[in-house]
Amino acid sequence: MTAPRLIVGKRASCWGLALLLAACAAPPTSTTPPATTSPSPLAPTPAKPAAAALAKTSPSAQPAELLRYHWLNRLTWGASSSALAQAADQDAGALLARQLAPGPATLPAAAQSQIAALTLSQKPFTTLMIELEQRRRDADALKNDDEKKAAQQAYQQELNRLAREAASRHLLRALYSPRQLQEQMTWFWLNHFSVFQNKANLRAMVGDYEDSAIRPHALGRFRDLLGAAALHPAMLRYLDNEQNAVNRLNENLARELMELHTLGVDGPYTQKDVQELARVLTGAGINLTSTDTPVGRRELQAYYVRRGVFEFHPGRHDFSPKTLLGQPLQQRGLAELDEALDRLARHPATARHVSRKLAQYWLADNPPPALVERMAQAFSASDGDIAATMRTLLSSPEFAQGAGLKFKDPMRYVISALRLAYDDRVILNTGPVWNWLNRLGQPLYGRQTPDGWPLDEGAWASPGQMTVRFEVARAIGSGSAGLFRSEGPTPQEVPAFPQLANPLYYQSLQHTLSGSTRAALAQAGSPQEWNTFLLSSPELMRR
Amino acid sequence: MQRRQLLHTLAGAGLALGSAQLWAAGASQPCFLVVFLRGGYDAANLLVPVSSSFYYESRTTLAVARPGKDANAALPLNADWGLHPALRDSVYPLFQQGQAAFVPFAGTHDLTRSHFETQDSIELGQAPEGSRNYRSGFINRLAATLKGAGAMAFTDRLPLVMQGEVQVPNTALRAVAKPSVDARQSSIISAMYQGTELSGSVTQGFTVRDEVVREMAAEMDAASRNAISAKGFELEARRIAKLMKGRYNLGFVDVGGWDTHVGQGGATGQLASRFEELGRGLAAYAQEMGNRWRETTVVVVSEFGRTFRQNGNNGTDHGHGSVYWVLGGGLRGGQVVGEQLPVTAANLFQNRDYPVLNEYRSLLGGLLARQFGLSPAQLASVFPGAEPRELGLL
Repeated sequence: MTAPRLIVGKRASCWGLALLLAACAAPPTSTTPPATTSPSPLAPTPAKPAAAALAKTSPSAQPAELLRYHWLNRLTWGASSSALAQAADQDAGALLARQLAPGPATLPAAAQSQIAALTLSQKPFTTLMIELEQRRRDADALKNDDEKKAAQQAYQQELNRLAREAASRHLLRALYSPRQLQEQMTWFWLNHFSVFQNKANLRAMVGDYEDSAIRPHALGRFRDLLGAAALHPAMLRYLDNEQNAVNRLNENLARELMELHTLGVDGPYTQKDVQELARVLTGAGINLTSTDTPVGRRELQAYYVRRGVFEFHPGRHDFSPKTLLGQPLQQRGLAELDEALDRLARHPATARHVSRKLAQYWLADNPPPALVERMAQAFSASDGDIAATMRTLLSSPEFAQGAGLKFKDPMRYVISALRLAYDDRVILNTGPVWNWLNRLGQPLYGRQTPDGWPLDEGAWASPGQMTVRFEVARAIGSGSAGLFRSEGPTPQEVPAFPQLANPLYYQSLQHTLSGSTRAALAQAGSPQEWNTFLLSSPELMRR
Repeated sequence: MQRRQLLHTLAGAGLALGSAQLWAAGASQPCFLVVFLRGGYDAANLLVPVSSSFYYESRTTLAVARPGKDANAALPLNADWGLHPALRDSVYPLFQQGQAAFVPFAGTHDLTRSHFETQDSIELGQAPEGSRNYRSGFINRLAATLKGAGAMAFTDRLPLVMQGEVQVPNTALRAVAKPSVDARQSSIISAMYQGTELSGSVTQGFTVRDEVVREMAAEMDAASRNAISAKGFELEARRIAKLMKGRYNLGFVDVGGWDTHVGQGGATGQLASRFEELGRGLAAYAQEMGNRWRETTVVVVSEFGRTFRQNGNNGTDHGHGSVYWVLGGGLRGGQVVGEQLPVTAANLFQNRDYPVLNEYRSLLGGLLARQFGLSPAQLASVFPGAEPRELGLL
């Protein structure tokens, strides 16, 4: 069947011109990009008109519409009709500038009210953690085995509930936040500084980890992000640093800080550096009670630091001199850790490692080395400004040429499909989304190992995974997944059918579809089936 | 086409994985299944050290009685060891027929006592020193080195042990939902992918799915004829056997619920019912494999054992050495094998746990070398740097 007809008003096609103007307005990068004739929306080189270049690949399309679609589709978690309509009046450069500037986001009221109702929004993190710890101790202290088991079970259920709250909030923001780039970067850094919610009580910590350590710095300074993530109780517990103490070294966090978070596995550090950094990290731990741990020795008292449930305990710290990456460290106590993190964050190997990973997530499994090098230069020249690094990536000709190539991981697939299908109609239940991510093998906060989810196509396009993806496509396409049935004792259900044959489809998406995909769509026997085929199409697996 | 070329330029070589290997049926090869007990099961109450008075002193409320007339007593294996009575009707008969064996003091030299760390290191099976490749598990490397093997993870996600160079499918069989994408829709979707890089993956995915559906339909048929319907791990294990009899000769499944810090019970109770369900599943698997059971080996592993002494909560905490189970129709079983020590306080590791005397990479390496006739080079690709250990079971 053909998609239900919609009358779509013909918009003035000023996008191409806007892009060229934006290109001139874009901030200059510190390096000269290679000569190119690519249809970059923001390439700093005066390219030949974007329309002409693009026409080669899609002769039937409205080039400006299509460019705008791809641009939005890749800048956000996925294009939607309303986002596309809003962007029509906006200059592309200004759009990027706004997305790159971090800040608070106003979500639609229907999403904001769901977030406001969460325990995570109502109870300060420190209070929550201290209460939960007391509850755990009380349960453990019960004498009767049955009562103990029941109390422990209830405690575990509360942890599960809090983790679901965090996931729910993450999903609502991904779907509806106007700060789409910041939200994607939040996911990216959560994955870069990956923690696993099923270790101990991390389920109660992941919400705050995301909200106070990651999101505020997602487009800020890498050094700030590194410090906030590495010293958050979630990370200290996940990588066992709370057990790391003088003469009882635990290298877990130290190793991953260098191998995964900063220098990279091929970076210029040795086993000796891991041990030295582990010694620097001694004493950085957690205190889940309201009482400070006594220091005992008066001369060390000044080094004691307590910030919420974070505690730096000088009695557990190794105060002997240390050398990191060939240079001695000058500071003492927690300040020494800051000095060490400064050194790691500013190292050229970190600039390359982080830039490559960003390019891998945003552009291609094996990103062009020249682009990675330019990004690394932007990173270093700006003292680790993530927005500046991203600007170099997103305004590069390489990025402009990469539209429709990067395979979507499950998170990107599910969120983009929902944005396309339901646009700004706010879902009332994130449960089905959470289930889909689980079935697709990429639950939020669910990566066991500290390396985070893989970002390449090979990890997500296995036979079993593709089959599940089509099941999810059908669940979304058929409109009966329960997304609009609220949870709680008196569930409400709002009828809502996914609108995939929407202005976005007619203006741009359909022009990207191959003959095979169109042939499949033509065989659909119902709107549900048409939706399913569209969401299953090869074109919607990539962005 | 320009877009295709770009794809190749940008995406590079990362895409072309050896998915063809998946489809060469493993039907003519021996079968190997790993059952991973996640959570660190209490091995000292599975394989009961009946000759150790220290055991009975250390586990005043948890110990399983020495073999005797009591139904709750340990089942006799040899002078030193008994088996938990929950396995009386399942694994014990297999042991008596020489189709089951136990390896005490087995495990890894990883000393973190962390579930994750230790599970990962076992699944990766890489040399303990040096940096790890988090995308290369040992069964995947086994699949890569065997011509015509078919590997499958019977799990929701692709576990580390199955990740790597060979594209391995995964499908959890605990609860099998009828697919909602029907045959007609599937063929239309497949057609959309013709000529794309994902064509093979999409078609293969539908084939595996249909296979599972066919097997499960037969199961429902049997159930409707008043066959006793299996549940829990037994149901899962029967389903796994049905698929492994056909084309998948390398399998992996995990079973949870072993982290018994509190109130674990002794001859009966929490842990006993986990053993009971596991045992029933393993026996069902053996039965369901039929003729193929003769060339099948099942290995039951866990990340670590637990503290030898019971804790203050009638449970046990994270320990070190474990007991691995080996089952198979062609086994010279009926023995407790490998390096062993008398179970005394002095022989505990760090005065708390079983030591590891039978390192798992050597142990599994020895088994796999016999079962699949691996050359030293092949074995080195599966467990780099490990000396295969001959236990005389195959």
